[in-house]
Amino acid sequence: MLRDQDRIFTNLYGIHDWRLKGAQSRGDWDNTKALLAKGRDAIIEEVKTSGLRGRGGAGFGTGMKWSFMPKTEGARPHYLVINADEGEPGTCKDREIMRFDPHKLVEGALLAAFAIGAHASYIYIRGEFIREAEHLQVAIDEAYAAGLIGKNACGSGWDFDLYVHRGAGAYICGEESALIESLEGKKGQPRLKPPFPAGVGLYGCPTTVNNVESIAVVPAILRRSGAWFAGLGRAKNSGTKLFCISGHVNKPCNVEEEMGISFRELIDKHCGGIRGGWDNLMGVIPGGSSTPVLTREVIENCPMDFDGLREAGSGLGTAAVIVMDKSTDIVRAITRLSRFYKHESCGQCTPCREGTGWMWRMMERMDKGDATIEEIDLLQQVTKQVEGHTICALGDAAAWPIQGLIRNFRPEIEKKIRARNSSAA
Amino acid sequence: MSTEQDMTSFAFTAENLEQAKKIIAKYPAGRQQSAVMPLLDLAQRQVGWTGIPVIEYIAEMLEMAPIRVQEVVTFYTMYNQKPVGQFHVQVCTNICCLLRGSDGVGETAREVLGVNWGDTTEDGKFTLVEVECLGACVNAPMMQINDDYYEDLTPESTKAVLEALKRGETPNPGPQGGRQFSAPEGGPTTLGDLTFGSEKA
Amino acid sequence: MPKLTIDGTEIEVEAGVTILQAAETIGIEIPRFCYHERLAVAGNCRMCLVEVEKMPKPVASCAMPVGEGMVVHTNNANVRKARQGVMEFLLINHPLDCPICDQGGECDLQDQAVAYGGDRSRYQEEKRAVEDKSYGPLIQTWMTRCIQCTRCIRFISEIAGTPVLGGLGRSEHLEVGRYVGAAVSSELSGNLIDLCPVGALTNKPASYTYRAWELKKTESVDAMDALGSAIRLDTRGNEVIRILPRVNDDINEEWLSDRSRFACDGLKRQRLDRCYVRKDGTLAATSWSDAFAAITAKVNGLAGSKIAAIAGDQTDVETMQAFKDLLAALGSGNMDCRQDGAKLAAGNRAAYLFNSTIAGIEQADALLIIGSNPRIEAPVLNARIRKRWLKGGFKAAIIGPKTDLTFQHDWLGDSAQVLAAIAAGNHPFADVLKNAAKPAIIIGQGALTGEDGAAILALAAKLAQDTGVIADGWNGFNVLHTAAARVGGLDVGFVPQAGGKDTAGIIAGAQSGEISVVFLAGADEIDMKSLGNAFVVYLGSHGDAGAHRADVVLPTAAYTEKSATFVNTEGRVQRTRLAIFPPGEAKEDWKVVRALSDALGKPLAFDTVKQLRQRMVASNAVFATEGVVAAATWAGAGAEGALSDKPLASAIDNFYMVDPISRASKTMAECTAEFGGGCGCNSKKKTGTHG
Repeated sequence: MLRDQDRIFTNLYGIHDWRLKGAQSRGDWDNTKALLAKGRDAIIEEVKTSGLRGRGGAGFGTGMKWSFMPKTEGARPHYLVINADEGEPGTCKDREIMRFDPHKLVEGALLAAFAIGAHASYIYIRGEFIREAEHLQVAIDEAYAAGLIGKNACGSGWDFDLYVHRGAGAYICGEESALIESLEGKKGQPRLKPPFPAGVGLYGCPTTVNNVESIAVVPAILRRSGAWFAGLGRAKNSGTKLFCISGHVNKPCNVEEEMGISFRELIDKHCGGIRGGWDNLMGVIPGGSSTPVLTREVIENCPMDFDGLREAGSGLGTAAVIVMDKSTDIVRAITRLSRFYKHESCGQCTPCREGTGWMWRMMERMDKGDATIEEIDLLQQVTKQVEGHTICALGDAAAWPIQGLIRNFRPEIEKKIRARNSSAA
Repeated sequence: MSTEQDMTSFAFTAENLEQAKKIIAKYPAGRQQSAVMPLLDLAQRQVGWTGIPVIEYIAEMLEMAPIRVQEVVTFYTMYNQKPVGQFHVQVCTNICCLLRGSDGVGETAREVLGVNWGDTTEDGKFTLVEVECLGACVNAPMMQINDDYYEDLTPESTKAVLEALKRGETPNPGPQGGRQFSAPEGGPTTLGDLTFGSEKA
Repeated sequence: MPKLTIDGTEIEVEAGVTILQAAETIGIEIPRFCYHERLAVAGNCRMCLVEVEKMPKPVASCAMPVGEGMVVHTNNANVRKARQGVMEFLLINHPLDCPICDQGGECDLQDQAVAYGGDRSRYQEEKRAVEDKSYGPLIQTWMTRCIQCTRCIRFISEIAGTPVLGGLGRSEHLEVGRYVGAAVSSELSGNLIDLCPVGALTNKPASYTYRAWELKKTESVDAMDALGSAIRLDTRGNEVIRILPRVNDDINEEWLSDRSRFACDGLKRQRLDRCYVRKDGTLAATSWSDAFAAITAKVNGLAGSKIAAIAGDQTDVETMQAFKDLLAALGSGNMDCRQDGAKLAAGNRAAYLFNSTIAGIEQADALLIIGSNPRIEAPVLNARIRKRWLKGGFKAAIIGPKTDLTFQHDWLGDSAQVLAAIAAGNHPFADVLKNAAKPAIIIGQGALTGEDGAAILALAAKLAQDTGVIADGWNGFNVLHTAAARVGGLDVGFVPQAGGKDTAGIIAGAQSGEISVVFLAGADEIDMKSLGNAFVVYLGSHGDAGAHRADVVLPTAAYTEKSATFVNTEGRVQRTRLAIFPPGEAKEDWKVVRALSDALGKPLAFDTVKQLRQRMVASNAVFATEGVVAAATWAGAGAEGALSDKPLASAIDNFYMVDPISRASKTMAECTAEFGGGCGCNSKKKTGTHG
């Protein structure tokens, strides 16, 4: 188990003072000037060394992403955009950072912005997180007042402005290019790529979009070294990670753990085990609603990191672990997700707009058993028709949970169909 | 939709106009369109919903075509396209809440308020809606009422919260079972080894 | 220049082009719905997916730039499967109402469904129904058919510059709709119908009157404004069912103004289909020979100076040439093609042409508009100017109506004095023109028809000479005409001959009795009451003002009913083609003049249209070459004089009704009632492009 000394989010549960004084007592803003003095290249190098992979779901190397930004600022300013549009069902980690450790994010924003040559950064926070946005704004105001950000931030000579921008209820804005569109005052419809944000992002300017957690761990990496972070977890899957464990465990919670911790250890150590014991475990969605559901056999001893879960046929995603015991109506549960994706499709491209509705309607019938066995295959084909054919990843995200259900729990669907057919007969 | 009724004109209050100027100043010159979402929110906080007069007012303020503002209003779920009650009760029924009993929360809410999903109570006090994931999944099931989250709900605590609001009280938001936010019930399993400067000493 | 391989063929294309465009260069057409080469790329329909080796997912070829060494497959099994999937998704919520859909037979979705659709529907769920929207008298909406390609939204926002359409809602409930407080009153709105790849937006006036495959298609040229847009006349029997634009990048790209497109019902109404002679105060139908006899009785023995002719706004060059010759034979020099009194001199071609050319306006970086509202006088040209503005680095100003031109501009006032100030260098806009690389001026008929028309023209010419509007290899001095006939009339010299009278002189002469016979060749826009007791012979297609005043009416053909020459505002010689026959006893205009010349005992020296056109070439060599613009030599323009206080305004006050055809059109009357004459220009609603 991760030692407390290696934990980054030391106020995860809001026990301590979240404001500037309390944050400083936990080591935030400790000689940030010296971190900045290392220089842009050194900071990016250190983050690369840490092996930090994006905590928003896709797991792209953060240092690598930063290095895509133009080396010098041309006519177009650079922007750092922080993705706080936390909305993937199961995920509630960035919320804790913003309400209980906001200074980690503010300090990280300064360091990251400096590293990519940005003088301005926007934190796009989901609209429903009203209290969290308030805390964040207080932290930003405190940082301005203390000279930590703003003109000559921390006395470094670097000017840095940080703004909070609230969303208004659209899951798709968690997709980086939709987020940029939304930030520009439009509907949150994902853009075609290329061009990528590092070339043409916010206001057509070079832009890096990072997740809250990715940014908030940067100060710790720079203070303790990339090697320290890389020493935690497994190769290419390094560091600590906030896990959100929900569903049928005895004690659902958020917890910071080492990457690669086994599912079993995670649940037993922090969540008081599976409700009704391990034999009562039916399935697990390991990384937020978009990742395919896994069976006990596959998940129990699986290392909870990017590669471990990919090899298991799913993904780490946002590390939002949704546990389902044997009382679960798993067809209903996945149907609920299908409804979610249908509701959240931006409607822009054909396969997603039409496919999410079709899949949801079929799932509703599967849930009632109002279908034929052959229609399960049709449903599978429809998911394949959506997957990989859309502008953004929402189409894939809508398809995968159903594919996981059919792959791992097809008998559950058939059971419902048979039950209805026999009762009708 | 009753988009065209009930609201005949709109303008920001003097105070909100000041606030709007500050919001617009957060974005680079010429990029004032970025302020459309915060300004719609500000307007909604002033009058409760975003009718056509709000759209036209903000379109003019930001030099946008009104249709572009209307697109935004209809795209994001938090803009009310018709008036809502004093308390906007939004019950999450997405997967994590479903697994931990949002059926019971929804049922209780409908019973206590005497309305169906999407409806407003006769006295105009409560509007009850079913919403997608609100991002408090380890504290499921939960609901949002106006700006606050009520978490770790049971049918009983749901009833208690709503009844309190009916009585004009302000129930405490957050986990209703009394745990420390998102820590495991019974206390954190981590971070116990740490003390910080002035705090715990 | 990147090299890539598409379906086994290696090609080299310019960097920055898309895979779809690259494929087109070697004749591979990739199916698409949302992509349109003149609109911003949306990439949303996903029909154009192709496979690129080493890329994990199929890519939208309309949006993906080519890359060095790319290996692209546009039609392998994977690609076909992807497209079949997209096609199925498009069809699940699309109604199966092709048999009653006006788009049937020319529907992209229908065509592609033949290639990629299944033979039965696998979709067992409830289909979506979408409420229809009201887009006014021109466009019928069938929103359930909409496939959300957003072409209409992009056209109305980008090209037309009147952003009233948008995508409302999201997910499967995303609906294309109109802003609740705005009308779809763009003067280019008909193009939405062409752009819609399905039957969601159809031609409302023509609803349910045709099936696409039963229409005869005749390529022709528009005569409803002075641009001469390329059009296609779709006819059935002897009826024009609809008019569509053809591609002509020099003029109209592929757009058409609403009047040019929708006034065609006016071709069937108020038509003159036989001759009339006024008897006891009323017009009585009669035969050609009786009508000619009535004219002969009046004209024979009359001194030439007592005879005159005025040509109208849609009169073809052949007719004017024939009339000119006839009047010469009768000894008259009283003739004018400028019924509006525009102070434009025949013979000085560069002083009455749109010299930069229509396409050339895209090169301009500064523009001064004088006495014109191009948005209603020539909407397709206005869209070009907007297109230029959107590219940036373009400064425009107007002296004239204060209005939304759909591109940003400064309103400098509506007084000719402002022009005088600019010309004198005493106005900041003089520097804008001076500092521009290719400055341009557009001067409209609204500035030229007043007493001070020549003076304004001279000021504009001076300004042009002083500021680089006229330079080596660039002539940005542009006269914007509103009448299809005008440049042809000036080119053929249908203006007062030695000692002859112009329009004002003819009218004054008619009033005083100095002139006793006036021929009106389709001229309906002069004040008929001022013709005194003159004997008026009207040749024309419609029972409009001229026919009502006439003593003899000779029915002739409309522009859709003849092969006739028109010269557009740029000086481009073009010919219409006969798509249907003139109604009843109506005949081609020049033939009427030719026959009349026989009756008058002054037979003209040509019997065929070929001979007549040779005669035209003899008058002016420009008629020898069709379809091109030859640069005219600059020789100054106008004549110095005093300026009046009259505000400069557009020559047109109702876009929908400017000529006998559009005035006879029910559709245009409905538009006038719904939108007013200003076509959105006078609307209170903002469109986002206020000057």
